[in-house]
Amino acid sequence: MLRLTSSRLGSLLAGRPTAALTFSIKGRAASQQSHEVSEALDMSRPMYYDRVDMPLPDKPYKDVLSEAEQKLKQKEKGPWSQLTNEEKVALYRLKFCQSYSEMKAPSAEWKTVLGGVLFFLGFTGLVVWWQRIYVYPPRPRTLEDDWKAMQLQRMLDMRINPVEGLSAKWDYDKGQWK
Amino acid sequence: EYDWFARLAYSHKLTQGDIEALLNAAVSFTPLASRCYSHGKVETEEEFDSRWVTYFSKPDIDAWELRKGMNTLIGYDLVPEPKILDSALRACRRLNDLASAIRILEAVKDKAGPHKEIYPYVIQELKPTLTELGISTPEELGIDKL
Repeated sequence: MLRLTSSRLGSLLAGRPTAALTFSIKGRAASQQSHEVSEALDMSRPMYYDRVDMPLPDKPYKDVLSEAEQKLKQKEKGPWSQLTNEEKVALYRLKFCQSYSEMKAPSAEWKTVLGGVLFFLGFTGLVVWWQRIYVYPPRPRTLEDDWKAMQLQRMLDMRINPVEGLSAKWDYDKGQWK
Repeated sequence: EYDWFARLAYSHKLTQGDIEALLNAAVSFTPLASRCYSHGKVETEEEFDSRWVTYFSKPDIDAWELRKGMNTLIGYDLVPEPKILDSALRACRRLNDLASAIRILEAVKDKAGPHKEIYPYVIQELKPTLTELGISTPEELGIDKL
Protein backbone atom coordinates (compact mmCIF):
# COMPACT_ATOMS: atom_id res chain seq x y z
CA MET A 1 0.00 0.00 0.00
CA LEU A 2 1.45 3.29 -1.06
CA ARG A 3 1.64 5.91 1.61
CA LEU A 4 2.74 9.49 1.41
CA THR A 5 3.51 11.38 4.59
CA SER A 6 2.23 14.92 4.75
CA SER A 7 5.77 16.33 4.95
CA ARG A 8 6.65 14.85 1.59
CA LEU A 9 3.29 16.03 0.29
CA GLY A 10 4.13 19.53 1.43
CA SER A 11 7.38 19.58 -0.54
CA LEU A 12 5.56 18.15 -3.57
CA LEU A 13 3.04 20.98 -3.47
CA ALA A 14 5.75 23.58 -2.93
CA GLY A 15 6.93 23.01 -6.49
CA ARG A 16 5.36 25.28 -9.10
CA PRO A 17 2.77 23.48 -11.25
CA THR A 18 1.35 25.41 -14.21
CA ALA A 19 -1.60 27.61 -13.43
CA ALA A 20 -4.13 25.83 -15.63
CA LEU A 21 -3.56 22.39 -14.18
CA THR A 22 -2.76 23.21 -10.58
CA PHE A 23 -4.53 20.79 -8.34
CA SER A 24 -4.27 20.05 -4.68
CA ILE A 25 -4.32 16.47 -3.50
CA LYS A 26 -6.42 15.58 -0.53
CA GLY A 27 -7.06 12.04 0.58
CA ARG A 28 -8.13 10.13 3.60
CA ALA A 29 -5.67 9.36 6.37
CA ALA A 30 -4.83 5.70 6.87
CA SER A 31 -7.41 4.73 9.42
CA GLN A 32 -5.56 1.97 11.27
CA GLN A 33 -1.91 1.35 11.51
CA SER A 34 -0.25 4.82 11.62
CA HIS A 35 2.37 4.88 14.34
CA GLU A 36 3.68 8.10 12.84
CA VAL A 37 2.68 11.44 14.26
CA SER A 38 1.91 12.89 10.79
CA GLU A 39 -1.12 11.80 8.72
CA ALA A 40 -0.42 9.28 5.97
CA LEU A 41 -2.15 9.68 2.62
CA ASP A 42 -3.39 6.45 1.06
CA MET A 43 -2.71 6.90 -2.64
CA SER A 44 -4.09 3.49 -3.55
CA ARG A 45 -7.65 4.74 -2.95
CA PRO A 46 -9.62 7.24 -5.10
CA MET A 47 -8.40 10.75 -4.31
CA TYR A 48 -10.03 14.13 -4.34
CA TYR A 49 -8.68 16.82 -6.65
CA ASP A 50 -9.61 20.33 -7.72
CA ARG A 51 -8.99 20.63 -11.46
CA VAL A 52 -10.58 22.97 -13.96
CA ASP A 53 -10.25 20.32 -16.69
CA MET A 54 -11.85 17.54 -14.61
CA PRO A 55 -14.85 18.97 -12.83
CA LEU A 56 -16.08 15.87 -10.98
CA PRO A 57 -13.39 14.21 -8.84
CA ASP A 58 -13.30 10.53 -7.90
CA LYS A 59 -14.67 11.10 -4.46
CA PRO A 60 -16.45 13.86 -2.56
CA TYR A 61 -14.34 16.28 -0.59
CA LYS A 62 -16.01 15.42 2.71
CA ASP A 63 -17.25 11.89 3.08
CA VAL A 64 -17.40 11.74 6.86
CA LEU A 65 -20.58 13.67 7.57
CA SER A 66 -21.94 14.99 10.82
CA GLU A 67 -25.56 14.46 11.82
CA ALA A 68 -26.69 17.77 10.43
CA GLU A 69 -24.83 17.14 7.19
CA GLN A 70 -26.42 13.72 6.80
CA LYS A 71 -29.84 15.27 7.32
CA LEU A 72 -29.02 17.76 4.59
CA LYS A 73 -28.06 14.94 2.24
CA GLN A 74 -31.43 13.36 2.93
CA LYS A 75 -33.14 16.64 2.10
CA GLU A 76 -31.16 16.68 -1.14
CA LYS A 77 -33.14 13.62 -2.25
CA GLY A 78 -36.29 15.72 -2.37
CA PRO A 79 -37.11 18.70 -4.58
CA TRP A 80 -34.15 21.04 -4.77
CA SER A 81 -36.36 24.09 -4.90
CA GLN A 82 -37.06 23.44 -1.21
CA LEU A 83 -33.41 23.99 -0.32
CA THR A 84 -32.30 27.42 0.77
CA ASN A 85 -29.31 29.04 -0.88
CA GLU A 86 -27.21 28.41 2.22
CA GLU A 87 -28.11 24.72 2.11
CA LYS A 88 -27.19 24.54 -1.56
CA VAL A 89 -23.82 26.16 -0.87
CA ALA A 90 -23.31 23.76 2.06
CA LEU A 91 -24.03 20.79 -0.23
CA TYR A 92 -21.55 22.18 -2.76
CA ARG A 93 -18.88 22.60 -0.10
CA LEU A 94 -19.44 19.05 1.16
CA LYS A 95 -18.67 17.69 -2.27
CA PHE A 96 -16.02 20.17 -3.43
CA CYS A 97 -13.19 21.97 -1.72
CA GLN A 98 -12.55 24.91 -4.03
CA SER A 99 -14.93 26.54 -6.46
CA TYR A 100 -13.71 27.33 -9.96
CA SER A 101 -13.07 30.96 -9.04
CA GLU A 102 -10.99 29.88 -6.08
CA MET A 103 -9.08 27.38 -8.21
CA LYS A 104 -8.30 30.01 -10.82
CA ALA A 105 -7.56 32.85 -8.39
CA PRO A 106 -4.10 34.25 -9.05
CA SER A 107 -1.56 34.00 -6.26
CA ALA A 108 1.04 36.54 -5.23
CA GLU A 109 3.77 34.01 -5.90
CA TRP A 110 5.27 36.09 -8.69
CA LYS A 111 6.24 38.75 -6.17
CA THR A 112 8.18 36.19 -4.15
CA VAL A 113 9.84 34.88 -7.29
CA LEU A 114 10.81 38.33 -8.56
CA GLY A 115 11.99 39.37 -5.12
CA GLY A 116 14.10 36.25 -4.79
CA VAL A 117 15.66 36.73 -8.22
CA LEU A 118 16.57 40.37 -7.53
CA PHE A 119 17.87 39.50 -4.08
CA PHE A 120 20.26 36.88 -5.41
CA LEU A 121 21.33 39.16 -8.24
CA GLY A 122 22.18 41.77 -5.63
CA PHE A 123 24.03 39.25 -3.54
CA THR A 124 26.02 38.23 -6.58
CA GLY A 125 26.88 41.88 -7.14
CA LEU A 126 28.28 42.09 -3.62
CA VAL A 127 30.32 38.96 -4.18
CA VAL A 128 31.79 40.37 -7.38
CA TRP A 129 32.63 43.65 -5.63
CA TRP A 130 34.42 41.82 -2.83
CA GLN A 131 36.32 39.80 -5.42
CA ARG A 132 37.39 42.95 -7.22
CA ILE A 133 38.89 44.23 -3.98
CA TYR A 134 40.41 41.08 -2.50
CA VAL A 135 40.88 38.60 -5.32
CA TYR A 136 41.76 40.41 -8.56
CA PRO A 137 45.47 40.69 -9.35
CA PRO A 138 46.98 44.17 -9.91
CA ARG A 139 45.85 46.00 -13.07
CA PRO A 140 48.13 45.26 -16.06
CA ARG A 141 50.51 48.08 -16.99
CA THR A 142 49.49 47.72 -20.60
CA LEU A 143 45.96 48.95 -19.85
CA GLU A 144 47.07 52.36 -18.56
CA ASP A 145 46.18 55.32 -20.77
CA ASP A 146 49.75 56.45 -21.34
CA TRP A 147 50.84 52.97 -22.39
CA LYS A 148 47.86 52.68 -24.74
CA ALA A 149 48.73 56.03 -26.31
CA MET A 150 52.29 54.91 -26.95
CA GLN A 151 50.96 51.63 -28.33
CA LEU A 152 48.63 53.39 -30.74
CA GLN A 153 51.41 55.69 -31.90
CA ARG A 154 53.63 52.70 -32.60
CA MET A 155 50.85 50.98 -34.55
CA LEU A 156 50.34 54.07 -36.66
CA ASP A 157 54.07 54.36 -37.25
CA MET A 158 54.09 50.75 -38.43
CA ARG A 159 51.14 51.48 -40.75
CA ILE A 160 49.00 48.73 -39.27
CA ASN A 161 46.06 47.92 -41.64
CA PRO A 162 46.77 50.86 -43.96
CA VAL A 163 44.18 49.96 -46.62
CA GLU A 164 40.90 49.64 -44.78
CA GLY A 165 41.76 49.40 -41.05
CA LEU A 166 43.50 51.49 -38.41
CA SER A 167 46.09 53.46 -40.34
CA ALA A 168 43.66 54.07 -43.20
CA LYS A 169 41.53 56.08 -40.79
CA TRP A 170 44.43 58.25 -39.60
CA ASP A 171 45.27 61.41 -41.50
CA TYR A 172 49.06 61.44 -41.48
CA ASP A 173 49.28 64.96 -42.91
CA LYS A 174 47.12 66.62 -40.34
CA GLY A 175 48.10 64.28 -37.48
CA GLN A 176 44.52 63.43 -36.51
CA TRP A 177 41.74 60.96 -37.23
CA LYS A 178 40.04 61.38 -40.55
CA GLU B 1 -5.32 26.10 -73.50
CA TYR B 2 -9.02 26.67 -72.92
CA ASP B 3 -9.38 28.35 -76.27
CA TRP B 4 -11.86 25.78 -77.56
CA PHE B 5 -13.92 26.22 -74.43
CA ALA B 6 -13.89 29.99 -74.67
CA ARG B 7 -14.99 29.86 -78.29
CA LEU B 8 -17.73 27.38 -77.44
CA ALA B 9 -18.89 29.50 -74.50
CA TYR B 10 -18.88 32.76 -76.41
CA SER B 11 -20.77 31.18 -79.23
CA HIS B 12 -23.51 30.54 -76.68
CA LYS B 13 -23.37 34.20 -75.70
CA LEU B 14 -21.99 33.55 -72.16
CA THR B 15 -20.27 36.50 -70.50
CA GLN B 16 -16.92 36.39 -68.69
CA GLY B 17 -18.73 36.34 -65.35
CA ASP B 18 -20.92 33.41 -66.39
CA ILE B 19 -17.88 31.40 -67.35
CA GLU B 20 -16.17 32.08 -64.01
CA ALA B 21 -19.30 31.04 -62.13
CA LEU B 22 -19.54 27.81 -64.12
CA LEU B 23 -15.90 26.95 -63.43
CA ASN B 24 -16.31 27.67 -59.71
CA ALA B 25 -19.39 25.48 -59.48
CA ALA B 26 -17.58 22.66 -61.24
CA VAL B 27 -14.77 22.48 -58.70
CA SER B 28 -16.98 22.89 -55.63
CA PHE B 29 -18.96 19.71 -56.13
CA THR B 30 -17.54 18.11 -52.97
CA PRO B 31 -20.22 17.21 -50.41
CA LEU B 32 -20.34 19.35 -47.26
CA ALA B 33 -19.59 16.68 -44.64
CA SER B 34 -16.55 15.13 -46.31
CA ARG B 35 -12.96 15.75 -45.25
CA CYS B 36 -9.68 14.71 -46.72
CA TYR B 37 -9.18 11.71 -44.42
CA SER B 38 -7.61 8.66 -45.95
CA HIS B 39 -10.10 6.43 -44.15
CA GLY B 40 -13.04 6.52 -41.80
CA LYS B 41 -16.19 8.57 -41.59
CA VAL B 42 -16.45 11.86 -39.73
CA GLU B 43 -19.19 12.20 -37.13
CA THR B 44 -21.43 15.20 -37.69
CA GLU B 45 -22.12 17.64 -34.88
CA GLU B 46 -25.68 16.38 -34.60
CA GLU B 47 -24.48 12.81 -34.22
CA PHE B 48 -21.99 13.89 -31.56
CA ASP B 49 -24.65 15.80 -29.64
CA SER B 50 -27.23 13.03 -29.74
CA ARG B 51 -24.65 10.47 -28.68
CA TRP B 52 -23.91 12.47 -25.56
CA VAL B 53 -27.56 13.23 -24.86
CA THR B 54 -28.25 9.51 -25.01
CA TYR B 55 -25.31 8.81 -22.70
CA PHE B 56 -26.62 11.05 -19.95
CA SER B 57 -30.23 10.02 -20.52
CA LYS B 58 -29.62 6.51 -19.26
CA PRO B 59 -32.35 6.09 -16.61
CA ASP B 60 -30.18 4.15 -14.16
CA ILE B 61 -26.96 6.05 -14.81
CA ASP B 62 -24.61 5.72 -11.86
CA ALA B 63 -22.38 8.28 -10.23
CA TRP B 64 -19.22 6.93 -11.85
CA GLU B 65 -20.74 7.18 -15.32
CA LEU B 66 -21.82 10.74 -14.66
CA ARG B 67 -18.32 11.70 -13.50
CA LYS B 68 -16.65 9.87 -16.36
CA GLY B 69 -18.99 11.39 -18.90
CA MET B 70 -18.58 14.93 -17.63
CA ASN B 71 -14.81 14.73 -17.25
CA THR B 72 -14.51 13.34 -20.78
CA LEU B 73 -16.88 15.91 -22.23
CA ILE B 74 -15.03 18.77 -20.60
CA GLY B 75 -11.80 17.37 -22.00
CA TYR B 76 -12.98 18.02 -25.57
CA ASP B 77 -12.13 21.25 -27.35
CA LEU B 78 -15.69 22.55 -27.38
CA VAL B 79 -18.44 23.93 -25.16
CA PRO B 80 -21.19 21.30 -24.89
CA GLU B 81 -24.54 22.14 -26.42
CA PRO B 82 -27.30 23.07 -23.97
CA LYS B 83 -29.18 19.90 -24.83
CA ILE B 84 -26.28 17.76 -23.66
CA LEU B 85 -26.00 19.78 -20.46
CA ASP B 86 -29.74 19.48 -19.93
CA SER B 87 -29.40 15.72 -20.12
CA ALA B 88 -26.46 15.80 -17.70
CA LEU B 89 -28.31 17.98 -15.21
CA ARG B 90 -31.25 15.62 -15.26
CA ALA B 91 -28.83 12.78 -14.59
CA CYS B 92 -27.61 14.74 -11.54
CA ARG B 93 -31.23 14.97 -10.42
CA ARG B 94 -31.69 11.20 -10.71
CA LEU B 95 -28.54 10.79 -8.63
CA ASN B 96 -29.71 13.36 -6.06
CA ASP B 97 -26.52 15.33 -6.64
CA LEU B 98 -27.10 19.08 -6.63
CA ALA B 99 -23.44 19.94 -6.02
CA SER B 100 -22.36 18.25 -9.25
CA ALA B 101 -25.06 20.09 -11.17
CA ILE B 102 -23.67 23.42 -9.99
CA ARG B 103 -20.14 22.21 -10.73
CA ILE B 104 -21.18 21.39 -14.30
CA LEU B 105 -22.38 24.95 -14.82
CA GLU B 106 -19.08 26.29 -13.48
CA ALA B 107 -17.18 23.99 -15.83
CA VAL B 108 -19.18 25.23 -18.83
CA LYS B 109 -18.39 28.83 -17.98
CA ASP B 110 -14.71 27.92 -17.72
CA LYS B 111 -14.76 26.06 -21.05
CA ALA B 112 -16.05 29.15 -22.83
CA GLY B 113 -12.80 30.87 -21.92
CA PRO B 114 -12.50 34.36 -23.35
CA HIS B 115 -15.82 34.06 -25.23
CA LYS B 116 -17.90 35.66 -22.55
CA GLU B 117 -21.16 35.56 -24.48
CA ILE B 118 -21.40 31.75 -24.53
CA TYR B 119 -22.17 31.11 -20.86
CA PRO B 120 -25.09 33.55 -20.59
CA TYR B 121 -26.51 31.99 -23.75
CA VAL B 122 -26.24 28.50 -22.28
CA ILE B 123 -27.86 29.59 -19.02
CA GLN B 124 -30.64 31.25 -20.97
CA GLU B 125 -31.26 28.03 -22.90
CA LEU B 126 -31.17 25.98 -19.71
CA LYS B 127 -33.35 28.34 -17.68
CA PRO B 128 -36.53 26.20 -17.95
CA THR B 129 -34.62 23.12 -16.79
CA LEU B 130 -32.90 25.00 -14.00
CA THR B 131 -36.19 26.30 -12.65
CA GLU B 132 -37.89 22.93 -13.09
CA LEU B 133 -35.20 21.06 -11.17
CA GLY B 134 -34.50 23.86 -8.70
CA ILE B 135 -30.83 24.21 -9.64
CA SER B 136 -29.33 27.58 -8.72
CA THR B 137 -26.56 28.97 -10.88
CA PRO B 138 -23.17 29.63 -9.27
CA GLU B 139 -23.87 33.34 -9.66
CA GLU B 140 -27.12 33.07 -7.68
CA LEU B 141 -25.26 31.31 -4.88
CA GLY B 142 -22.29 33.69 -4.91
CA ILE B 143 -19.88 30.84 -5.66
CA ASP B 144 -18.55 32.65 -8.72
CA LYS B 145 -16.92 35.24 -6.49
CA LEU B 146 -14.01 34.59 -4.18
